[in-house]
Amino acid sequence: MAKKISILIVDDEESVRDSLYNWFIEDGYRVACAEDARKAFMLLENDLFDIILADIKMPGMDGLEMLRRIKAIKPEAIVIIMTAFATVDTAVKALKDGAYDYVTKPFDPDDLTHLIRNATREISLVDENENLKKKVITLENVQDIIGTSEAMKDMLREVESVAQTNSSVIITGESGTGKELVARAIHTNSPRRFFPFVSVHCGALTESLLESELFGHEKGAFTGAMYHRKGRFEMADSGSIFLDEIATISPKMQVELLRVLESKTFIRVGGNKEINSDFRVICATNKDLKIMVEQGTFREDLYYRLNVVTIHIPPLRERIADIPLLVDYFIKKYCTSMNKPPALIDATALKRLQEFNYPGNIRELENMIERAIVVGDGHRIALKDLPLEKTIVNNSTESLDDFERIFIQQILQKYSWNISRTAKALKVDRVTLYHKIKKYDLRPVE
Amino acid sequence: MSLPNITILSFGIFEQELLKNLAFAIQAEFGYPVNIQEAHLDISEFYDPARRQYNGNALLKIIDTSTISDSIKIVGLFQVDLFIPILTFIFGQAFLDGRSAIASVYRLCNERYGMNQNNPLLMERIEKELIHELGHTFGLLHCDNPICVMRSSTYLEDVDQKRKNLCQSCQTKLAIKGVKPMKTDQ
Repeated sequence: MAKKISILIVDDEESVRDSLYNWFIEDGYRVACAEDARKAFMLLENDLFDIILADIKMPGMDGLEMLRRIKAIKPEAIVIIMTAFATVDTAVKALKDGAYDYVTKPFDPDDLTHLIRNATREISLVDENENLKKKVITLENVQDIIGTSEAMKDMLREVESVAQTNSSVIITGESGTGKELVARAIHTNSPRRFFPFVSVHCGALTESLLESELFGHEKGAFTGAMYHRKGRFEMADSGSIFLDEIATISPKMQVELLRVLESKTFIRVGGNKEINSDFRVICATNKDLKIMVEQGTFREDLYYRLNVVTIHIPPLRERIADIPLLVDYFIKKYCTSMNKPPALIDATALKRLQEFNYPGNIRELENMIERAIVVGDGHRIALKDLPLEKTIVNNSTESLDDFERIFIQQILQKYSWNISRTAKALKVDRVTLYHKIKKYDLRPVE
Repeated sequence: MSLPNITILSFGIFEQELLKNLAFAIQAEFGYPVNIQEAHLDISEFYDPARRQYNGNALLKIIDTSTISDSIKIVGLFQVDLFIPILTFIFGQAFLDGRSAIASVYRLCNERYGMNQNNPLLMERIEKELIHELGHTFGLLHCDNPICVMRSSTYLEDVDQKRKNLCQSCQTKLAIKGVKPMKTDQ
């Protein structure tokens, strides 16, 4: 027995207490006895017993009153009411008041053994369930969202407050900013956290596949539908469904989705039975849905149905302060997974990483670090280990001209302002390069 | 002064052969010599007319007060139906880590269940019951091993399913207390 189950016997008859005490002690339980409710509550003050066996008729407080008071202190307590004269009324009353069972004295030895064994199993299951819940919380913590910049703090505050509600959420942000991670954080901090988090990548599926994926299908619904299959909406019952790249779904699917969101019911492909499911919708997109609504490519009613709360994840270039933390996180992550000692990063390499533009956001940074750990010497990440050579540094570049200016400047610097070599690298003739230098007023930088 | 021993206290008429076999089995399991004594006690005062059974708790307490020199454990063997107030019947019971135990053959007989008499099987069941209750007096709890004699048995089928010996784990627990089987001497 992993945990020693404790049993409290409350009965005014000494012979009953002794009999039960001897019986349970031989099974290895921790047993205590009380002759009345007053003594029982004194014992319960110091020890919340797992199982309480109480006689219904006792001087002073009777077993039923005792049951009600114990349940008020410890609702999960298993109380078994014993009586010499069973009546249906008292049995029903005891069970209604939360008794685990109601038994008539004397018991068959086998019945008593089974009764206590079942109660013990229930206690173990409750304990196991609690432990698993704790593990789930630990596993899916928001710790995976790295960032101490003001932009991230604001976003995490929004996540925290929206998680407690049941509202639909749209997460916006550039590709690679970690939209699914934020969706998971909303789910794991919500009251639905003990139920499934189901993720669907809408952009990766064709219209018919997405329909079958979301609503499920019956056997024979289409060629290859050998078995009936539950849809993602059904799987997400009591939990959350994450629809990534929502902007990519077809107009037909938009209509279907709107109907499901409004009624929370749907029919499997090829089926005729209506299925209910209680799910929360979290969507993500890197597109501006409002513009799509204006352009008529996204249904306005669906947009308003989904857009109860919007959470925007800032791109990495807008939170440079978080880069060292992220770098440190990814170094630890990949060194651990590759069974290497934690590597250090050169100050120059880190500085360059902070100057980088990151069109691919955190995903790009993560890939860079992973690559650096693979190709590097294993102890220190140097600038040469990072694929930054042919890339532009972070700047407030908005226009094509800005981009061109910065890029030409970089290549000129790289070839020490050797016009011929720079022109060759840029695959333009020397005259064109001179024009560009003049146009952008480029000069050598010391 | 003789060596420390275990006493079988028989209440009622039992065949000498049966008692000798029991003594032999108990000695083999616990390593102590076994002494057989006939009890002269009127057990009618322990009879409960309402239940038509004998009060096991009271009988156990009475046996525990008996003074039998050099007996470290006493097990009372009865032919009557035993009960304790909370249960409809018992095969036997003991003081855990105490001195005394009781057991009854009443519910171990095939005839009680409408089956043919089977003396060798009855003998084996009694052996198991006595060793089980004596095991409790040596501090052993119920064992999860399905074939260990210390496995809890609430039905006759449970008794038949287990063996009449202690499992390795229970033997180890006893060995810590200096109690060792004497099987090699048999």
